[in-house]
Amino acid sequence: MSLLELRELNKHFGGLHVTNAVNLSLEPGEIHCLIGPNGAGKSTLFRLILGEHHPGSGDILFAGENITALKSFARIHRGLSVKFQVPGVFKGLSVRQNLEIALQSRHRGAELEAEIGRLLTFLGLESEQAQMAGNLSHGQKQWLEIGMAISLKPRLLLLDEPTAGMSPEETHMTGEMVQRLNVGGMTVLAIEHDMAFVRQVAQRVTVLHLGQVFAQGSIQEIVADERVAAIYLGQAHA
Amino acid sequence: MTGFVSFFRRLEGPQTVGRGRAFWSLFAVVLLVALAYPLFSDGYTVGNTVYFFVWVFIALSLCLIWGYGGSLSFGQTAFFGIGGYAYGVLTLNFGSAYGFTLVALVVAVAIAALFAVLLGYFMFFGRIAGVFLGIVTLAVTLMLERFMAQTAGPEWHIGSARLNGFNGMSAMPPLTIPWPGEPIVLSADIGLYYFVLGLLVVVYLALRILMNSSFGNVIVAIRENPERAEMLGYDIRKYQLITFVIGAALAGISGVLYTVWGQYITPSSMGMTAAALPLIWVAVGGRSDLTSTVVGTLVVLAAFQALTIYGSQYALVFMGVLLVLTVLIAPNGLVLGLMHWLGRLAVRFKQRAG
Ligand SMILES: Nc1ncnc2c1ncn2[C@@H]1O[C@H](COP(=O)(O)OP(=O)(O)O)[C@@H](O)[C@H]1O
Ligand SMILES: [Mg+2]
Repeated sequence: MSLLELRELNKHFGGLHVTNAVNLSLEPGEIHCLIGPNGAGKSTLFRLILGEHHPGSGDILFAGENITALKSFARIHRGLSVKFQVPGVFKGLSVRQNLEIALQSRHRGAELEAEIGRLLTFLGLESEQAQMAGNLSHGQKQWLEIGMAISLKPRLLLLDEPTAGMSPEETHMTGEMVQRLNVGGMTVLAIEHDMAFVRQVAQRVTVLHLGQVFAQGSIQEIVADERVAAIYLGQAHA
Repeated sequence: MTGFVSFFRRLEGPQTVGRGRAFWSLFAVVLLVALAYPLFSDGYTVGNTVYFFVWVFIALSLCLIWGYGGSLSFGQTAFFGIGGYAYGVLTLNFGSAYGFTLVALVVAVAIAALFAVLLGYFMFFGRIAGVFLGIVTLAVTLMLERFMAQTAGPEWHIGSARLNGFNGMSAMPPLTIPWPGEPIVLSADIGLYYFVLGLLVVVYLALRILMNSSFGNVIVAIRENPERAEMLGYDIRKYQLITFVIGAALAGISGVLYTVWGQYITPSSMGMTAAALPLIWVAVGGRSDLTSTVVGTLVVLAAFQALTIYGSQYALVFMGVLLVLTVLIAPNGLVLGLMHWLGRLAVRFKQRAG
């Protein structure tokens, strides 16, 4: 059974058909990358999956359950978690408190402290723990939000452009982290422009174009597809 | 036992300024002075201090909802009025025997809170936020004021309590504690002073614990980024509603105590000026901290009153100037700015000593 299944999903913004009859299945345990030019509707698809937007028609199934009508927080409880395109950290709170807020519903007392410490080390943010999250560099904010997202121990992790603003080394480290989480059993759906990252982690790739699934396959198949090159890979992406 | 200790450890934390021996020593000194002060003062002055204390609860309600929660509510005076009127209606009907005034206090606050459950449910589950929340709460406040103002006729009564329109209700009994022999009547000076001071200390400490708990973490997280908070699995509407209801109860306490203190309540207590003043106290003091809210409110109230002696127009101008100064110099509040400055000074002093 698929972990996530999107069935004939449609979404309009006024006259704009942003999500057009999208069908997509994620197998448990895969790393799946979603690519496509700017404005293709990738972030919107995430918001539909998370319940921030509601589809005009179609269904969203998670682990066999129809979650189309569930509130966002309830979907998180089912095992979804997200890092948004624009880092959504709590800017006016310390890095440590950001992590505490993410972890406190699962851990208490000394266990909570230990878990925060472990995550700070994992993210390389130990020396920044007392800083306001708003003062971090863009890359550090990305890391912090990824840390908050994975601290929920989700079954499916959604990453919207996780490496934006990161150096090539940091991008590579993020890829390794995603692979490590995947080995631990986490399914990952990542929107990414950085093809080096996609090559590094993707087991399957879906190309979204004008709100529609344009192509799907392994990274080799996608790179070899001339139609894809024409719409996406050929352009210097904006 | 460990649960007990960790409960009180929450008196300090990231959401409240002030920690360690220095802060709590200062707290103890201030409390001792407050306890001893009526012994060296006269009834009128003590009664006047009670009047100041009465307003601190509504200021704390704004601190909670606006400062910590990030939702600007103009509706606190509505809950103030509901609490005050409810106390009046209850005690004018049932009197003060058998400690009923204390029951009336609790019930009146509960009515204000219940009203907040209904209004808050409509707002938060209807996804009303930001400036619209301010508009809705203000509309409710002014609607209540208008409604109460037109209840002058004899047909407007609840039981034997006449609502009296613009003239308001009066002559409700003071708080009375049942006591073997003779009940203790808390008249609006020393007796009421210790009662209100005690309540204030309990509420202040309880709010410190609440805000430094995991609940408080979620409240400030919603202020910072509601979308992210929900995506961590928190049902943010539920948290906003609970905060709103606690805030309404605090405003209701102010309303009841105000009614108890002056033995009257009028519709203008829910009017535009009444709605605006607490916002100014809290903004000037520092809305995002409990201590700066308490200190700021008391200081501004005292200054306002001192200036009123020279004419209330000066006092209102002073309030305006104070607000402008706050926005320009210390947008997070003058008292809070001062507290942070003192904190940094203390750290530097300690470093030099150590
Ligand atoms: N809330 C919204 N209201 C109206 N239009 C939107 C909204 N969100 C996105 N869009 C539009 O939908 C299209 C797809 O946006 P998005 O999903 O963010 O694309 P991508 O993430 O693939 O770059 C864009 O044309 C964008 O302007
Ligand atoms: Mg996007």
